Amino acid sequence: MSEPHDHRHGRDDEDSVSYYRTMEIAVRSLLIEKGIFSAQDVRRTVEAMDGRNYSRGARVVAHAWQDGAYRARLLANGTAAVEELGMQVGPLKLVVVENTPAVHNVVVCTLCSCYPRMLLGLPPDWYKSREYRSRVVREPRAVLADFGTALPADVTIRVHDSTADMRYMVLPMRPPASAGESAAQLERRISRDALVGTAVIDR
Amino acid sequence: MSGSAGMPGMYGTDPEGAAFLPAHFSPGDRVRVRAAIPPGHVRTPWYCRGRSGVVERLCGAFANPEELAYGRPGLPAQPLYRVRFQARELWPDYRENAADVVEIEIYQHWLETAPEDRP
Amino acid sequence: MTMRSNHDMGGLAAGRLTPREHEYEPWEKRVDALMMLLSSKQRQLLTVDELRRNIEALGADAYDRMTYYERWMHAIGQTLIQRGVINIDELGRRMEEVRAAGGPDAAVNQ
Repeated sequence: MSEPHDHRHGRDDEDSVSYYRTMEIAVRSLLIEKGIFSAQDVRRTVEAMDGRNYSRGARVVAHAWQDGAYRARLLANGTAAVEELGMQVGPLKLVVVENTPAVHNVVVCTLCSCYPRMLLGLPPDWYKSREYRSRVVREPRAVLADFGTALPADVTIRVHDSTADMRYMVLPMRPPASAGESAAQLERRISRDALVGTAVIDR
Repeated sequence: MSGSAGMPGMYGTDPEGAAFLPAHFSPGDRVRVRAAIPPGHVRTPWYCRGRSGVVERLCGAFANPEELAYGRPGLPAQPLYRVRFQARELWPDYRENAADVVEIEIYQHWLETAPEDRP
Repeated sequence: MTMRSNHDMGGLAAGRLTPREHEYEPWEKRVDALMMLLSSKQRQLLTVDELRRNIEALGADAYDRMTYYERWMHAIGQTLIQRGVINIDELGRRMEEVRAAGGPDAAVNQ
């Protein structure tokens, strides 16, 4: 199954990160030479990555809070509803899961680090950590407590393990105090962690 | 490589011509995850193997990751389901709310009809 | 012996979680970009499942010791070699050239 692997890579004084940084430069230059992509392709891909963050997810949620018909479409087909707003989702399917007074949703990938990047950007370290991946399927309230998040005891927790081709985003409950607010005001209330389910929006 | 949703009983091809297998299960069906230990890359978490749950939805049909992992096309595509497990089914000593659930995406070839539902 | 793979950790005991963020380094973003470009629909030179298989093949010690993008870079290199997109000789030589030119710190990265 696993091949013997010598971790004294490269030169004796080369540490692991230098080794893989060197490999990245070497692989990238070889692939550019072979015409597989250009240096500009790499730059543009990184720029696109930098331009994606959870404000995209917040925009979707604020829209759903303001428009009940849109909310229904979002829950029925997340991918199509996000594309309605002019955002591209890519090859993976988006599933939006709705928090209610009775149900709270939390997203994880226990096998690696699957994350709704198309709406939230790159994942934070904790999402990829052993602590989060191991524990949240078995003791979700204890993990939420590590974030300072507490739920009423009678709320059912639904943990979503992103093991395959779906990506999950949480639709948080709209705070009652937000009545009448504009989309921009609503978006400012939304945190990234609320869209993963490790936080709630309580005011 | 995503396929269009295979409706139960149908066999077909997706809009790009890729074959997919018919879906054997429907939302609400009780299923059990096979307690298998294949020697290679799989996307079925250890903690749900041998456990029973309920099909929450059919997600569509997708190329089999156990084939894709070895550079093969993974077709015909496998129906993929979200299966809902009671936390207590997964963890008999579960200490939080007994109504809590975990939902996991599982490919059809890992699922069988739950034993208590067999004729 | 257990057949449970190290990456398959759902439900195992683990310590308290510290909600750490991560400031992605430029080289890490480029590794991510390599993955996206190579797996894109028009190129299809690797799949995420090949990447995962090669990460899982690292074994438990290396998996736990290496950082996230070190594991990715390892797996991208392995997959490209397995696919015949590059070979180990040209990759090894090119890495030597990078070192001879002063290593990754000296390289003008874009």
